[in-house]
Amino acid sequence: MEAWLLVAQVATLALILAVLYRPLGDYIAWTFSSAKDLKFERGLYRVVGVDPSGEQSWGAYLRGVLAFSLVGVLFVYALQRLQAVLPYSLGLPAVPEGLSFNTAVSFVTNTNWQSYSPEVTLGYTVQLAGLAVQNFVSAGVGLAVAVALIRGFSRRSTGTLGNFWVDLTRALLRILLPLAVVSSVVLLAGGVIQNLNGFTEVTTLTGGTATVPGGPVASQEAIKLLGNNGGGFFNVNSAHPFENPTPWTNLFQIVLMLAIPFSLPRAFGRMVGDNRQGYAILAAMGTLFVVSLAALTTFEIIGSGTGPQLAGGAMEGKEQRFGIAASTLFATTSTITSTGAVNSMHDSYTSLGGMMTLFNMMLGEIAPGGIGAGLYGILIIAIITVFIAGLLVGRTPEYLGKKLGPREIKLASLYILATPTLVLVGTALSFAVPAIRDDVESTSIWNPGLHGFTEVLYAFTSAANNNGSAFAGLTANTPWFNTALGVAMLLGRFIPIVLVLALAGSLAAQGSVPVTAGTLPTHRPQFVGLLVGVVLIVVALTYFPVLALGPLAEGLPR
Amino acid sequence: MATTRGFARPYGVALRYLLVATVALGIVYPVVILGVGQLALPAQANGSLVSVEGEPVGSALIGQSFTDENGEALPEWFQSRPSAAGYDGGASVGSNYGPENPDFLAEIEARRAAIAESDGVSEDDIPVDALTTSGSGLDPHISPEYAYQQVTRVADARGLGETAVRGLVDAAVQGRDLGYLGEPAVDVLELNVALSQLGS
Repeated sequence: MEAWLLVAQVATLALILAVLYRPLGDYIAWTFSSAKDLKFERGLYRVVGVDPSGEQSWGAYLRGVLAFSLVGVLFVYALQRLQAVLPYSLGLPAVPEGLSFNTAVSFVTNTNWQSYSPEVTLGYTVQLAGLAVQNFVSAGVGLAVAVALIRGFSRRSTGTLGNFWVDLTRALLRILLPLAVVSSVVLLAGGVIQNLNGFTEVTTLTGGTATVPGGPVASQEAIKLLGNNGGGFFNVNSAHPFENPTPWTNLFQIVLMLAIPFSLPRAFGRMVGDNRQGYAILAAMGTLFVVSLAALTTFEIIGSGTGPQLAGGAMEGKEQRFGIAASTLFATTSTITSTGAVNSMHDSYTSLGGMMTLFNMMLGEIAPGGIGAGLYGILIIAIITVFIAGLLVGRTPEYLGKKLGPREIKLASLYILATPTLVLVGTALSFAVPAIRDDVESTSIWNPGLHGFTEVLYAFTSAANNNGSAFAGLTANTPWFNTALGVAMLLGRFIPIVLVLALAGSLAAQGSVPVTAGTLPTHRPQFVGLLVGVVLIVVALTYFPVLALGPLAEGLPR
Repeated sequence: MATTRGFARPYGVALRYLLVATVALGIVYPVVILGVGQLALPAQANGSLVSVEGEPVGSALIGQSFTDENGEALPEWFQSRPSAAGYDGGASVGSNYGPENPDFLAEIEARRAAIAESDGVSEDDIPVDALTTSGSGLDPHISPEYAYQQVTRVADARGLGETAVRGLVDAAVQGRDLGYLGEPAVDVLELNVALSQLGS
């Protein structure tokens, strides 16, 4: 493959994102800073009973997040259990209890892990009224929490962080919905379907029959990507030609996944009153993204491993219209944000290529990460970085004029420990408990040997990081995985949110420390380098042993 | 009582909020897009159907198999890539074979032998897309190389001149989008529709 094709594709993407960075970032900052409510927003606040001027402490903000999410889980669960009596269900029965729990949690936590095969499990009502709604609101929740953390930095000596319901409403009505409408129409023009036709049988040229699926796909697809959700309307997600028909829709989908996460550093810089801080965060995100993309693409083009060598290339699980470069760009984007959509089967990637998709999630999905979650994730790492730098030179760490004392560092440390704990404990339990191991090995694992271990590791990494992609050979619709992954998704979403909001509360309560000659500048290349280094060291120390047991052992030359 | 109210209050708000969101985002939004699709872009919105003499024979975007009832490849039609879904549009799925899976290796070898025999080519010259399954199991495309490889077989089976069939492939090759996105491809159903009209 000619290298210039690859470079041109990435350059196009970079150009589009660069053009969007300032206007979209400024727009997001304005959205959450403006004192004025729009007319229909005021109507909404009256209907649901919210006082939009009511500022909330971090505890009240958190209670709003948790209440809304709990109600969401119960609602999506109930819809699935009642599917048999709902309209437009395509004759499908109620979804079983364990699967309903897993799926409800999955969509509310912005994970969109799919233990089920949509075509044979979910009718249009559950897809629209249940899942599509959560695609919007779970993304809105992530954005709101990130904004609350930014306010923690930008506000001084206050007990409040804003109002959750107002932030959620603005995220939905001023950002996500308008973008989703426009994007849906673009996708429609590219060939993504939007109908209520169900499955149509046609007689083929050979006299046989073929099935053409239907569904309201375009509207779902747009928000699946914009909200970094990733739950496909069809089983094979964005590999399905009705979700992602052409190479240009593929690039458009990648732009949708990255537009908001890569513009959030601008909104952050603007809201804390120093755009250079935003550029520093952007530089760290961009560096990690480009290096990871280059590694994954190189591994797939080389195509080592017995199967790819035998076939003449790593094309198993990849679509002809995309080829390798458009597949690896999508895969990197999807796993390094929290999207988890796939346009090619990660399970069939080369061993080291598949490892890169795992590694992207293990980075904590911060480069640029999911909508909102990526920004608060990297700001936590920035706090750890300032702390480590402070230790090196023996000064009290400060970031953006806030002192980082024991309470702040404890919260940040718990944050970076939470997800790896879920991943490693979940994976370990799957193999350490004999009864579970027998079930996992006989029922769930698809590929034999080391690759099967990686399937399980991937599942827990994806769930705990709220990604949602899979080494999809794994049969996850079992009592163990439905439950364990459901718990991992819940804790992986809400423990970090609790910690971030607590941190935001404690930062907002502080005054501002004046900048002195001894303050570590956090907008220079030096800090960007430190930040990237801390990310890599934390991830390498945490995950290297488990990667050595799976993809490294499988992929390194023997 | 005041504390109970304070504790329960976010749940009432959350429930009302979710109901409003369900109506706006779960019903109105997709229905508006449905309207736009059906009115402004009906061909795409309904699945880019391909018709022969007014009867739909499939979608240009959903791959099909061109086999007899036993699943044996019919030599007179251009063949699609192998599919883990058996080209069942109601159940898209990839093989999910890992790179070292012995079943995967065996399937590659079996396909290689079968295609070398049917197309009369060397086992070393078969393009990779002919030996591997796609991600969706519904890939509508094959590489131009694989399409050209099948020309002789198709022409012989139909008693047509190779030049005429090769001309159809020439016309069916789609380049990369904008010249650099994705890979060149041939839509198998559209090619076979053109083929069916060549004979008549």
